[in-house]
Amino acid sequence: MSDAQQPSEFDATTAVDEYEPVDVFPSSEDMDLRPGADNCYKCTSCDTSCPVAEVNEDFPGPKFQGPEQWRLKRHEDVDIDDSIMSCSNCMRCDDACPSSVPLSQMHNTARGEYVEEHLDKRSMEYLRNRMLSNYRTLASIGSKVPRLANFVMGLGVTSYLGEKIMGIPSERDVPEFATETFRQWWKKRGGSKVSNPDKQVAYFHGCYSNYNTVEVGKAMVRVFEEFGYEVLVPKQQCSGTPMFANGMLKDARREAEVNVRELGEAIDNGAEVIASCTSCSMALRQEYPELFDIDGVEELSEHTWEALEFLRVHEDIGQAINESEVDPQAFAYHAPCHARNQGLDRQAVELFRDLDGVTIEDVGDSCSGISGTYGWKSEKYETSMKIGAEMFDHMEHAEGDVGMTECPTCAMQMNHGTGYEIRHPLELLERALV
Amino acid sequence: MAIREDVIVIGGGLAGSMAALEAADGDASVRLITHKKSTLRHASGLIDVLGYLDEEEPVADPFAAISELPDDHPYSIAGEAAIRDGLARFDEAVGDTYLGSHTDSNALLPTFGGAVKPTARYPAAAAAGLASDSRDMLIVGFEELTEYNAGMLADHLDAADVPFDVEGVELNFPGEYAHDSRVTRFAKRLDINEDVDHDGQTMGARQALADAVAPHVGDAERVGFPAFLGDDHTADVRADLERELGVDVFEIPMGPPSFPGMRLADQLKDALDDAGVHISAGNPVINYEADGDEIEAVIVDSKGREVPYHAEEFILATGGLVGKGIDSDRDGTVEEPIFDCHIPHSDDRYDWFDEEAFGNQPFAHFGVRIDEGMRPLDADGEPEFANLRAAGGVVGGTDPVTEKSQSGISLTTAAVAGQRARERAAKREVSQ
Repeated sequence: MSDAQQPSEFDATTAVDEYEPVDVFPSSEDMDLRPGADNCYKCTSCDTSCPVAEVNEDFPGPKFQGPEQWRLKRHEDVDIDDSIMSCSNCMRCDDACPSSVPLSQMHNTARGEYVEEHLDKRSMEYLRNRMLSNYRTLASIGSKVPRLANFVMGLGVTSYLGEKIMGIPSERDVPEFATETFRQWWKKRGGSKVSNPDKQVAYFHGCYSNYNTVEVGKAMVRVFEEFGYEVLVPKQQCSGTPMFANGMLKDARREAEVNVRELGEAIDNGAEVIASCTSCSMALRQEYPELFDIDGVEELSEHTWEALEFLRVHEDIGQAINESEVDPQAFAYHAPCHARNQGLDRQAVELFRDLDGVTIEDVGDSCSGISGTYGWKSEKYETSMKIGAEMFDHMEHAEGDVGMTECPTCAMQMNHGTGYEIRHPLELLERALV
Repeated sequence: MAIREDVIVIGGGLAGSMAALEAADGDASVRLITHKKSTLRHASGLIDVLGYLDEEEPVADPFAAISELPDDHPYSIAGEAAIRDGLARFDEAVGDTYLGSHTDSNALLPTFGGAVKPTARYPAAAAAGLASDSRDMLIVGFEELTEYNAGMLADHLDAADVPFDVEGVELNFPGEYAHDSRVTRFAKRLDINEDVDHDGQTMGARQALADAVAPHVGDAERVGFPAFLGDDHTADVRADLERELGVDVFEIPMGPPSFPGMRLADQLKDALDDAGVHISAGNPVINYEADGDEIEAVIVDSKGREVPYHAEEFILATGGLVGKGIDSDRDGTVEEPIFDCHIPHSDDRYDWFDEEAFGNQPFAHFGVRIDEGMRPLDADGEPEFANLRAAGGVVGGTDPVTEKSQSGISLTTAAVAGQRARERAAKREVSQ
């Protein structure tokens, strides 16, 4: 509260009680976002960093979705505005805010409330969002019969029905399932080739490296083994990223409970947790402790790393890169928004520009526009492509004709907009070092 | 530990970026650590060196006026040569996108409040708006922008006795917008020349804007717009409007969000990249490790995990009260949160401000005091650390907002801090 002089009728006891967090939130399950809302001094950094607001006239922007809506909700009978569903959860506002207002936390809770209370559970929108959020379930079925699934998904009629019934844009090519998942490969391989109780890492591969880009998972294993690490692959569920973005907080919590428990066991045994997808590491590091009160959630956050980040801090990876060489190739690198939020947006460019044979160019700080499941919705497709236009343009002007990024859905968007083949930094690291 | 550099700069605004560029001019490896978006996003993009000594008349030549500043002013400590070094480094970083280097004298530029501001460097986009130019002027405003009114701006300029006729006109920006639309939408439309519906036709946004303005130009030989004429392609937007209107077009800096400030931030980032400066953005520096009076590492809070970054020399460029390089508390504390450098202040917070809003505000002077090597001084006037230097808003001892010297102090302190850090890091390498 301000320390300005209080009006004479001011009654300290009731007024103070009114602002007590316990009173604002009757249940301890909710979090008190008041201090965060009060930190906002309306500098507009979040609004000018928001990729959706820049192209979508109707979107009121993160400042409204965050502190302003939070305040509106306190004392009046106001429902969450449906525009919260147009937020893509890129989390750039978090990265922009000089006052550390927990914007994405406010957006996530508001979206959760909107979906829970206002979205018709029998609507096609809800069903589609639920399906997109639970990609892991879909992928685990599809990858049982990968060739058939790929064939069916590739059919024009599937795409047509997807658009008409489900609201999945027919412009998008559904990603192909690998004929052998990462976990199948891992099992067949007999687990880690290195045994080292002092240097253990637990790999959080996420859904995409398991079902689709298995080569990223394999590269992670081989690179870490090269540095003498024993890699563990604990049981795991989806990180929850697509669920947060769709307001499916119950689904996300269900998955998070398994991840916290299973990865927590590995941490207790001395392992650090490594993710190759920057949205997965983001979820484990920031969204879990912001949204869920689960035993061990803080510990998981503190022990989770992005793969390259871990190596930069624990190994002399710069030296290793300096002494290596690969076949000549120029890359157009895009930093995913969620990498940016973890302070990782520059590491691939700065590391690989010292690698003989490689030219690498940062294609700018624009958002790719797909934001996970966002660009997979017909009504968001146009916005998604408008946001991506700047990145496509920069990619086409870059020297490289191969793209690079850490995020699997950014990779989809980069490929969709330019036709380039897209690689993960771990794949290049594998080529250089293994 | 794997992360080690010669020089680490903390803070990614004007001072931090310029200090890093200065330090990287040689063999030193330099890393810039920056947390959130800097205050450049709210800045006018104008580079002031010294605008006022008292409230009355603007300073004509900042260099001639420096001798009148008190001995503990950052300019007096750094010296005139350092101010020139700082400006030269800035000119090199921004190339021909900024003007003003041809003279020591201040230029006078209109602000969005209709005042005339003395400044040392200004974006090329603002050049045709010089108040010393006698050509007649039209100011264009938009109904959609609540914080900017062209008629009021023109009246204020007129009242300031500018040597030309000035008119203001308020239009609707072509296309459909919400009542409170953001300037980023207009800028983006112009930047990519998006199609809009105007006068029953569909045309590029630049053409539509020119068509809307053309009937109002009259005898004016230059037309001023709020500073949102594009983002990445601002020179193209301006050139297209000039061609269509047949007169010079210029931008008038606005309040936040400020495109001139954001564009400058982008340019500085490119310059840092070209100079090979490593950038770690997104996580804050929260602490340090020292051996006696030598800092060995700063500690970065990487989402709850503390990661040390080692270096030989460190530059603190975290900003002032707004940039959060200085923190204050109602219990009477005023502190520099990373190294806890001494900041002279009264323990009674009621002494921090003057009752006159535009009076001599003590809080405006908050900041570290420095020696001639830009090293923050402790309460006894001794350097806090042998290898820590300060640059920009974190440096106190004057009120840069009132005297219009904020950017100049940033450039000057950054130049000295960067040079000293570079030289000392090189010397240490030889001796090791």
